[in-house]
Amino acid sequence: MMLLEDQGKRLFREQGIKVPSGRTVTAAEQVPEVLVPVMVKALVPAGGRGKSGGVRRASGTEEARSAVGSMLGTSISGHAVSSVLVEEALPVAREMYLSITIDRSLGVPILMASGTGGMDVEALDEALVRRWALHPFLGVRSYVVREVAAAISLPGKEGEVGDLLGKLWKVFTSFDCELVEVNPLILTTDGALVAVDSKVSINDDSLFRHPDLPVPGTEGDELEVAARSEGIAFVRLEGDIGVIANGAGLTMATLDSLSLHGGRAGAFMDLGGTDDAARIRRAFEIMSLSGQRVVLVNIFGAMTKCDTVAQGLVEALGAMPSPPDTVVRVRGVNEEKAREMLRSREIAAFAELEYAIMEAVAREGAR
Amino acid sequence: MIIDRSTRVIVQGITGHQGRYHAKAMADFGTRVVAGVTPGKGGMTVDGIPVYDSVAEASRRHGADVSVVFVPRQGAADSALEALEAGVGTVVIVTEHLPVHDAMTIIQYARLQGARVIGPNCSGVAVPGKGKAGIMPNAIFREGSVGVVSRSGTLAYEVVSSLSQAGLGQSTCLGIGGDSVIGTSFVDALRMFENDGHTSEVVLIGEIGGSAEEEAAEFVRGSMSKPVVAYIAGQTAPPDRKMGHAGALVYRGRGTAKSKVDALRAAGAAVVDAPWDIPAMVAQVRRR
Repeated sequence: MMLLEDQGKRLFREQGIKVPSGRTVTAAEQVPEVLVPVMVKALVPAGGRGKSGGVRRASGTEEARSAVGSMLGTSISGHAVSSVLVEEALPVAREMYLSITIDRSLGVPILMASGTGGMDVEALDEALVRRWALHPFLGVRSYVVREVAAAISLPGKEGEVGDLLGKLWKVFTSFDCELVEVNPLILTTDGALVAVDSKVSINDDSLFRHPDLPVPGTEGDELEVAARSEGIAFVRLEGDIGVIANGAGLTMATLDSLSLHGGRAGAFMDLGGTDDAARIRRAFEIMSLSGQRVVLVNIFGAMTKCDTVAQGLVEALGAMPSPPDTVVRVRGVNEEKAREMLRSREIAAFAELEYAIMEAVAREGAR
Repeated sequence: MIIDRSTRVIVQGITGHQGRYHAKAMADFGTRVVAGVTPGKGGMTVDGIPVYDSVAEASRRHGADVSVVFVPRQGAADSALEALEAGVGTVVIVTEHLPVHDAMTIIQYARLQGARVIGPNCSGVAVPGKGKAGIMPNAIFREGSVGVVSRSGTLAYEVVSSLSQAGLGQSTCLGIGGDSVIGTSFVDALRMFENDGHTSEVVLIGEIGGSAEEEAAEFVRGSMSKPVVAYIAGQTAPPDRKMGHAGALVYRGRGTAKSKVDALRAAGAAVVDAPWDIPAMVAQVRRR
């Protein structure tokens, strides 16, 4: 879960990292009298705001209020702007880049630093970004700090750099972060290191132990949110065949196979490892609400038993006035029983995935 | 590979619904399940398997070579660390949705102990005719010489089942897990298969996200003499969306199926477009 900039900065401030003073507003008239130049920043959980008009400089109260007014209610990278951060614009001597993230291949945190910053990290010259693997039991030690200070051209500031890195490491570990990024980190004209931006992403699987953080999942597609609350992964796509399968790999493989046969998936739904007919029923209801013309169900029964899925489907379809055209493929535990249950309700049921896909594509084409 | 008839397996979280079901399934598969561990439930038996309060105690009484962790994510990290500290050589973490910082801690501690972690969020390891430490369904396997390694569980079951149907039995099937930080990588698995006398070909089932398949391709190119057949799931997945697995994500243009397919092909692996093409391709590389 990506925090908004002001939420990330709150974590920074609590840790003692210097950030500009500012205020979050949800209406133009909430902007206080400003006596210094300010930055007006749309609060959305996405990068690249600058390019989309989501970051503006303003001098004076009127200009700041008008900037806030022009941002509220717009959409940036698909996110509605419902709040805006107004904060002091500091005199910049230099802009730099710092982040701690997780390197999947090494399986450890990795610290990245660059002596230039302020733009999108992808836009940074690879040769100018230095990387240090951080052992999770060691954190940021002084030998790393010295190298970082040299890499971002802050000789003589090892103390401040070490202090900042220690605090970023504390945020990274104590909030189960996948990313803590400061871009830019600025050196002000009077020599202070200030985090002018914050990008903090919390590992979704760790949110249960951070009850104080803002609740995720209230934003985005209504059905995706409904599915998430059931522990089901649902992603809306552009075609019109809804795909339901159990297990992420199997669901993706079903999408790919459908495409090989000329079908276009309209939604991805991974049931995960459930064996509860009521949950299957709910999943199918969510899928049918997404307006698919045909639904293709592909189950390899193990922990999820085929007849449990058949039971859930029969219940869901029975309760719908106009159910979507449904094609089912079941293999594995209790597959024959499942196919019998489905066929007795005149639901197309197959053992071979390829045949089920061809049937789903044919039905979609016939409608 | 990893497990044989003499391997002593313990089950952490054996008194839970999943732990109990799979402890029995492992025993039915021929596995030597010697003990279970659930703190506070020491003295019980589950389907004839004695339960202890701690891994240390279970290990003292019976010896423990492999532990399978079924503990819910709130306690899974402590359970895995307990097993590692007690000297268990291989810890299989089945638990889903484990915090990623916990995974890093466990894997780094295992490294210090010289132990192996498989998972988290994995289906474990099965050696047909010998034993199983994990949750793969017993009925799909057949003894043979094809090694299978997969991030996904059910997709691997699908492939193993079709291999068995085609008369292509398996030497070992290894589910390494769908999370972004995992203890045993594709490269680790390929190295084991390359050195395993029972394996003649390897099927690698990858998916979008990360660069584990590209690293596997490097290994195939430089260090593999056995043929590799590969399939990558997620070729039609949209960018920037998590596709069910925490690790299945094309992020900032990296981790695409195309990059993985290209790397594996260039390294000499036989990459197929659909999972149902795998058995025929294995038969074909075997004839060569």
